[in-house]
Amino acid sequence: MSWIILKIIFISIIFGLSLFIAMYSTYAERKIAAFLQDRLGPNRAGPFGILQPLADGIKLFFKEEFIPLKADRWLFLMGPGFFMITALMTSAVIPFGPDITIDGKSFSLQATDINVGLLYIFGVVSLGVYGILIGGWASNNKFSLLGAIRAASQNISYELAMGLSIVALVMMSSSLSLKEIVDQQAGWHWNVFYQPLGFLIFIICAFAETNRAPFDLPECETELVGGYHTEFSSMKLGFYLFAEYINMFVSSAILATLFFGGYHFPGVSSMDPGIVKTALSVAVMFGKIFFFIFLFMWVRWTLPRFRYDQLMNLGWRVLIPLAVINILVTGAVILYKMM
Amino acid sequence: MSVVRLTDRIKVMERKPMTFLERIYLPAIIKGMSITISHFFKKKATISYPEQKRPMSEVFRGLHILKRDDRGAERCTACGLCALACPAEAISMTAAERKRGEELLYREEKYAAVYEINMLRCIFCGLCEEACPKAAIFLQNDKLAPASFEREDFIYGKDRLVEPFLLKKT
Repeated sequence: MSWIILKIIFISIIFGLSLFIAMYSTYAERKIAAFLQDRLGPNRAGPFGILQPLADGIKLFFKEEFIPLKADRWLFLMGPGFFMITALMTSAVIPFGPDITIDGKSFSLQATDINVGLLYIFGVVSLGVYGILIGGWASNNKFSLLGAIRAASQNISYELAMGLSIVALVMMSSSLSLKEIVDQQAGWHWNVFYQPLGFLIFIICAFAETNRAPFDLPECETELVGGYHTEFSSMKLGFYLFAEYINMFVSSAILATLFFGGYHFPGVSSMDPGIVKTALSVAVMFGKIFFFIFLFMWVRWTLPRFRYDQLMNLGWRVLIPLAVINILVTGAVILYKMM
Repeated sequence: MSVVRLTDRIKVMERKPMTFLERIYLPAIIKGMSITISHFFKKKATISYPEQKRPMSEVFRGLHILKRDDRGAERCTACGLCALACPAEAISMTAAERKRGEELLYREEKYAAVYEINMLRCIFCGLCEEACPKAAIFLQNDKLAPASFEREDFIYGKDRLVEPFLLKKT
């Protein structure tokens, strides 16, 4: 019984933390964008503008709730909710730290350690496009529809390469459980050193999957007004924008878990287990996550947006063949080592 | 028909095919990202206005002030030379005669009962300052005419132009 309570507490913490980090990612995005462009960024609300996300949230809540006359009312309301739910569901299988012992019982810092964790992530992430597609279609607006179609085709094209780049990783670790993949990377055996090409393909696809620049074609302002969320207002728009940041947080967590050793850090094995080691491990995990979130923003404010044909060309004619070659090379090396 | 070249300054562009490093685009990305990150640590050019103020030149010509003399009496004698010198015709005044007992208020026997400058007309050229024989009007180098929603607010009377009496003492 107490185990269930602990789990519920842990899941609530992760839930709250995802929302909190997403909230402050909006602040970080504006601040980093400003700094990269030699500006100061928001600094009026509170010290260093630290209350800016709160002000933004309140503003969104007080905006007029507008549903277009010809829109499909139910689907229009469902779209943002669906996008938000799928964004929040992904963090369930991410291990945020090593097991801790409470009253002699081991408790894992992971909502659930299912043995097909990787497949679960891919399943949920590919569901995420439905939120965009439903919202864009229900708006009954050509720009929204075009944005939604772009999102769908982009996600399908890049999921292929993403999946293939992970296949090579799974061949190496021979497990789909994220916890096991992390534990195999203890010490300096981070997957990024063994799978640099796989990592490159994965991170490019992660940018495309989260609809971040330079792949933010679904909401391309210069061509499609606001893309799939053109017709959305008030907190429904807020949900779309917010879910994007949650997606970014989850993608960063997955990148850290799969390729950068998760909560492991050099010298971890020499430390005696205890609360210090656990706290340090969790801190290291979040440090890696924040680094990747920073990378996402850094890239966004550096690179221009791809053209649509360039996007498709990169996805189908560059990344997928590269991922296949990566699988072949990995397979050959594994075979050679076995002999 | 062949193109007739009028000058020999035409240069034919050489269009080389992109090299492998250029085609994979990654070195270019890294180069771009190193440029942006160098800007991340640069000193920002922003001046956060209400807290910080842009340093003004010593000879900057800002908002006018009507000076008092060392005893605190207004120096202006309403001669009208400033209004005459003003190329924008922004200054208008009404003169009055000093009465007995007002010697500490006005330095000369004639003074300006009304003295108005329209800050929307003023071009801050400083010719009034040069024309003044009594060294009464100056343009401050640390004050600007603030923005306002009403046109009337830009007509500055003596209440806002004359130097505050207390400042002279300190």
